[in-house]
Amino acid sequence: MSASPRAVLSVFLIMLGLGPLLLPEFYVTLLNYIGLYAIVTLGLVLLTGVGGLTSFGQAAFVGLGAYTTATLTTASELPGWLAPFGHSPWLALVAGLMVTAAVAVLLGALTLRLSGHYLPLGTIAWGISLYFLFGNIEFIGGHTGITGIPPLQIAGIEVKSGREFYYLIWPMLLALIWATQNLLDSRSGRAIRALKGGTLMAEAMGVDTARLKMAIFLIAALFACVSGWLYAHLQRFVNPTPFGLGIGIEYLFMAVIGGAGSVWGAVVGAGVITILKQWLQDLLPKLLGSSGNFEVIFFGLLMVLMLQRARDGLWPMLARLMPVVRDNGMARPEGLPLPKKAMAQSGESLLVVKAARKEFGGLVANNNMDLTVRAGEVLALIGPNGAGKSTLFNLISGVTPMTSGEIRFLGERIDGLNSRTIARRGMSRTFQHVRLLPAMSVLENVAIGAHMRGSHGVISAALRLERAEEGCLLAEAARQIERVGLGTQMFEPAGSLALGQQRILEIARALSADPCLLLLDEPAAGLRYLEKQALADLLRRLRGEGMGILLVEHDMDFVMGLADRVVVMEFGEKIAEGLPDEVQRDPAVLEAYLGGVE
Amino acid sequence: MDLQIALLLGQDGITNGAIYALLSLALVLVFAVTRVIFIPQGEYVALGALTLASFQAGKTPGTLWLLLGAGLAVALIDVAGSLRSGSRRRIPGVMLWNLGYPAAAAVVVLLARPVEWLLPAQVLLSLALVVPLGPMVYRLAFQPVAEASVLVLLIVAVAVHLALVGLGLLFFGAEGSRTTAFGDASFQLGSITVTSQTLWVLGSSLFLIVALYLFFGRTIYGKALRATAINRTGARLMGISTVLAGKLSFLLAALIGAFSGILIAPITTIYYDTGFLIGLKGFVGAIVGGLVSYPIAAAGALMVGLLEAYSSFWASAFKEVIVFTLIIPVLVWRSLTTHHVEEDE
Repeated sequence: MSASPRAVLSVFLIMLGLGPLLLPEFYVTLLNYIGLYAIVTLGLVLLTGVGGLTSFGQAAFVGLGAYTTATLTTASELPGWLAPFGHSPWLALVAGLMVTAAVAVLLGALTLRLSGHYLPLGTIAWGISLYFLFGNIEFIGGHTGITGIPPLQIAGIEVKSGREFYYLIWPMLLALIWATQNLLDSRSGRAIRALKGGTLMAEAMGVDTARLKMAIFLIAALFACVSGWLYAHLQRFVNPTPFGLGIGIEYLFMAVIGGAGSVWGAVVGAGVITILKQWLQDLLPKLLGSSGNFEVIFFGLLMVLMLQRARDGLWPMLARLMPVVRDNGMARPEGLPLPKKAMAQSGESLLVVKAARKEFGGLVANNNMDLTVRAGEVLALIGPNGAGKSTLFNLISGVTPMTSGEIRFLGERIDGLNSRTIARRGMSRTFQHVRLLPAMSVLENVAIGAHMRGSHGVISAALRLERAEEGCLLAEAARQIERVGLGTQMFEPAGSLALGQQRILEIARALSADPCLLLLDEPAAGLRYLEKQALADLLRRLRGEGMGILLVEHDMDFVMGLADRVVVMEFGEKIAEGLPDEVQRDPAVLEAYLGGVE
Repeated sequence: MDLQIALLLGQDGITNGAIYALLSLALVLVFAVTRVIFIPQGEYVALGALTLASFQAGKTPGTLWLLLGAGLAVALIDVAGSLRSGSRRRIPGVMLWNLGYPAAAAVVVLLARPVEWLLPAQVLLSLALVVPLGPMVYRLAFQPVAEASVLVLLIVAVAVHLALVGLGLLFFGAEGSRTTAFGDASFQLGSITVTSQTLWVLGSSLFLIVALYLFFGRTIYGKALRATAINRTGARLMGISTVLAGKLSFLLAALIGAFSGILIAPITTIYYDTGFLIGLKGFVGAIVGGLVSYPIAAAGALMVGLLEAYSSFWASAFKEVIVFTLIIPVLVWRSLTTHHVEEDE
């Protein structure tokens, strides 16, 4: 027996829909809380599981949502400009979202650009700060909180009972899951998934990683705020307790245990933790003979074990157990061709490097380097290991700042620009150490390269308003994959490819960006003879179309058969330049490669 | 505020700051060697203080059961591991440290009536119970994921923190405890009275800081830890065991934590969950030092202590808010001074 994912989902939705009609009140309440927690956890799936950023402070955002609506809807007198927001919980939700967004943007601006672990530490700190703030401000009731919050009204009908609320919470959760899933399956979603592998590759593909990090941080905070708003009107009172750091940690545990890599992991995690907590809070005090939050011992140990043994959480295991046949929606994507930039005239100078110098402390990695790459030529950069070739690559592509010198691309200065801006001007690159996302398909990996040829953002992706553009991007990626000869592996995970093929994948990704200059860092390493010939053919074709190619390579047969001109580096400086034949006879080059001739 | 109050608050701030400084050193040490952001550091403070308090109240501290349990778990895992890999020679050592030592400690605690002992002996016995928990926690929670990302290690650390706080509640209950002071002498310094406990705190902190400095600068184990901190793979190639380095750093962290707890237990009432906030304040100091610099971390921690003391005077309800909000300007400052460049690893 097996079913399609759509059938499984339908059965699940029908069960959800009928649940409150069949279940006793207690379980409906439990399901309501699971729904509320799942909304927060869903934000964490996006932030932590997909984006690789972590927050222990989500409970504080829940608190902002809850307290904003509680304060506005219970206040007897509001200052004039605030008054409209107090009239209806729905307007208070808008106000809560604005407050949360403002706080999240501020906190994000302060912590997101720091390396990994400062963000979670920061979230711990402000999670505690906000908790104490809720407890110590007089007009929001201090530690006793606020009572008498009015019920929600939808079209004049009051939503009061748990069963009624159920039909508000779960549709909202499902809508947010739908939107999040859509987002992940889009241009922005691919870029978000690329964040986890470090920002270097994403930036080189023209992704504004800082902006995206802020976007997912903001989305996670807003989800938490919505949950808090629902909570306040379900409970009809708020106090600081549910918004402390401990609960913030619990939300993260829900995401990790459920499976932070999938939107459904949020529901599983929220469900498992909520039910376990309920059960342990009944059981443990009887077992241990005294009362207290002993379930945290169990949750702590469970988390340690999960992170040691099953870091992907429960959802992947559940998904394997389910009798689902993956309908392979694996048709080659079709879409209109994307507009292409006009290629430069053959022979025109694309890239001009003058007197480039790079120092790392006292070490001079590049000194007085000059080179020119013209349209329609392959320039090979060779030299012994440690000669400074990769450093020069990083200077040209804007990864590291230059100490002195000048780099012009298409006639304009690009030294000092970041790699994202340079990529947008038509320079695309591959990496010496392959940088791709092993779990994503070849097609999706290559589509990251086409990122800057699309324009739709996070919101239109969440609402599926960008399907036409998305089709074009994927079709372009598919064309480039076929062009480099990986067509049969289009839907396989990129991590399953041989290393040589992964390098070729990087070339397809670079080509998807519609570059006029291609920087290739050791593209032939790890390729077999026939694959090398195919690669050389491809590069010749690209040259024929007027593309400029700068190539670092150690395979001399490959270089000498392909390159129009060769630049040789040693100890950070240029020691020779010329046609392949000339360079091969140059005494300085022979000395560098073979040692002195006695 | 007059000068008298200012001086009093200053004394308070410096005393607490000295404790935060010790903890921030431990945090920097653990992070540098193992990349673990050691959230449970504060739990050792509470465990140390509450263990001593139990002895003084004539009770058997729950820490003993924790030590026996953790030792048993480590012994089971390590013996099973040794049998699987065929390295049976390690088994006696594992049994000695993880079963023999806790059993010996149990005999002493249960039979020797520590309530009648002199304070220094009680302190030593408390340390003997709490400090071995350091390497045991490393073995159980962190060693299996030692190569994971900082983020995963951080989440494990938070999980360990939760488990230890829960166990603290189970073993010591919700009531707070104080211990007797190290001495009841006090001195007049200008217009303010300095208690001998304050001098103990300052003296011990200074002593530990100097001792750590000498340990890292002069001893082979200290240098091995520094080498591990700088480059794990390189250190391993030089024959330094990263497992040993991890356990050693956790041992030192547990020692510093437990001793800090014992130092402040006569000044502040310690509850099972007090350690967390104390540890986090050490963290703010450690972050000032970027989690790498010992002297800047210690200075940052002192600053936290002073800030806390003075803000408790002006806005006591918002004391915690002020201290933890301080981290934000600190983070801004760090973000402006560090230029994180992704290495092509």
